[in-house]
Amino acid sequence: MNNPKTLFDKIWDAHVVREVPGDRQVLYIDRHFIHEVTSPQAFAGLKERGLPIFRKEKIVATADHNIPTINQHLPITEPLSRKQVDTLTDNCSEFDIPLFGMGHDKQGIVHVIGPEQGITKPGMTIVCGDSHTSTHGAFGSIAFGIGTSQVEQVMASQSLILDRPKTMRITIDGNLSAGVSAKDIILYIISKLTTSGGTGYFVEYAGEAIRALSMEARMTICNMSIEMGARGGMIAPDDTTYTYVNGREHAPKGDQWDAALAYWKTLYTDDGAKFDAEYNYDAADISPMITYGTNPGMGIAINGVVPQLKDHKALDYMGLNEGEYLVGKEVQHVFIGSCTNARIEDLRQVADFVKGKHRAANIKVMVVPGSKAVEAQAKEEGLDQVFLSAGFELRSPGCSACLGMNADKIPAGEYCVSTSNRNFEGRQGPGARTLLASPLTAAATAIYGKIVDVRHYLS
Amino acid sequence: MEPINQLTSTAVPLPIEDVDTDQIIPARFLKAVTKHGFGDNLFRDWRYDNTDQPIPDFVLNNDTYHGSVLVAGKNFGCGSSREHAAWALADYGFKVVISSFFADIFKGNAMNNGIVPITVSDAQLDEIFKSIEADPETQFDLDLNQQTLKVNGLVINFDIDAYKKDCLIKGHDDIDYLISLKSEIESFEANQVIY
Repeated sequence: MNNPKTLFDKIWDAHVVREVPGDRQVLYIDRHFIHEVTSPQAFAGLKERGLPIFRKEKIVATADHNIPTINQHLPITEPLSRKQVDTLTDNCSEFDIPLFGMGHDKQGIVHVIGPEQGITKPGMTIVCGDSHTSTHGAFGSIAFGIGTSQVEQVMASQSLILDRPKTMRITIDGNLSAGVSAKDIILYIISKLTTSGGTGYFVEYAGEAIRALSMEARMTICNMSIEMGARGGMIAPDDTTYTYVNGREHAPKGDQWDAALAYWKTLYTDDGAKFDAEYNYDAADISPMITYGTNPGMGIAINGVVPQLKDHKALDYMGLNEGEYLVGKEVQHVFIGSCTNARIEDLRQVADFVKGKHRAANIKVMVVPGSKAVEAQAKEEGLDQVFLSAGFELRSPGCSACLGMNADKIPAGEYCVSTSNRNFEGRQGPGARTLLASPLTAAATAIYGKIVDVRHYLS
Repeated sequence: MEPINQLTSTAVPLPIEDVDTDQIIPARFLKAVTKHGFGDNLFRDWRYDNTDQPIPDFVLNNDTYHGSVLVAGKNFGCGSSREHAAWALADYGFKVVISSFFADIFKGNAMNNGIVPITVSDAQLDEIFKSIEADPETQFDLDLNQQTLKVNGLVINFDIDAYKKDCLIKGHDDIDYLISLKSEIESFEANQVIY
């Protein structure tokens, strides 16, 4: 083939408005998600400059980071959180932007609601003032997190001035073992590449183990691309993608669907296309993973030991020692939630494991669905009753204890096995100690009261 | 945005690798609706204990070190896209951050707020840390236009994107340029097939 292109190059090239002297390009943005934390200063900036919103119909807003996950029918009691959410409401009203605010039946974590409403589609450029925007790349789109200045730029021009990232392909062939899931794949990759190994790159995930994943599992993988520093991650669309998108509220219909599908089927990396970096792994080598340190690259196979480190700062914070096994370690909290792992399949997997069992007495368990739609689906399937019987607390949707902006925090010094995406110092509350893992490992930890290798407990 | 071109200052050393934006400004301090005042909570949980008392060991609480240059370990600014991290550094008074590697989104956010991120080699970073340790009053001379940083006899030529360099020197932000492209963006839209 002449001039073979990567999936990334095809979509990027289709969105370049013009070149900018100095190796930058103006990229057109198809979809812009906003939330209460990173948008107020952008709206204020626009107002200061007296600028209108250039394409309000391309913006979707939700409240997620800051909202309580109980009593969502009541006004927010924490004054600063309330002010931030009220500011979003006022701004959306003033600029006529659709808002799925607290209590709305389409509200949820921004990276959960985009896909579930069919707003996220293959071939798009998608941005949001949130680093986990990479989630949307699971549909074969270029999706990445931006700062608030850029939120304002997209509001003003529907475009951004960007340097073109380098391309990386990570291929996972083979089959996953029982008890190993998408979360383990991405924690494994980050443990190999480190928290900075993807910086400057846009990653395409490929290979038979990736193709075999559901859309929700693909979102878990792409979601954490930023945790190795990559600007984003993407997976070429296929039948799994089309089936997921088809019929959703914002999916194309009729002739539009046929035209869209014909275009989406051109979105793959051509044979012979060159990547700036390539990595290959075998799915059979991946075990359930868990982190021991204070960045997501500090992960090990669940049955491994904490490695030797040149700097002990992370282990001092975590209260762990080199050579220590994590299996058997007692923890106090389990958090099942976040834009990484709070979709219906995650909740189903947890419910399947805990059905007929009860949490250990030493563990508090919080299950926070990713959206109102996930919450409703969980209730329809009776998962809420499973969680109730297991002694798990099912809350209302939001970002919750992933970043502890609301009241959902882990107390200082206590351990939390969490399905979220970051184990930074203080991420889940000042002094909180986070161990990142899959929903299945989190569920098993909740039941047995200590970290376990879930492979020994599968029926 | 305030223009920046030449600057002479002492520096504050933070020889820690992988400093994430949750450390630069923890999430619980992201609730403001303006860009001001974040400097008070810069590195909050390293700077103050849980009773809000300054932790004497932390460099920002040590009067020996001061200035508008921050020198940090490799992979500074990883994690969250929060621009509040750049606002906190700027609000505190930092105008230059030196490291051997910057996380992508943070680097962009810094430049969009008039902070110059300077990438040096690992060996140069080591040498810079040693210079500050030997003499906290070590002067750093930045010439952005010339793309040079002089530290204790060491002359470092650093790379910076030509477009962003121009923006920093003139104090322009991207929005001015993007707005000027309105008709070009509209032509792009007219030719785009969207689904």
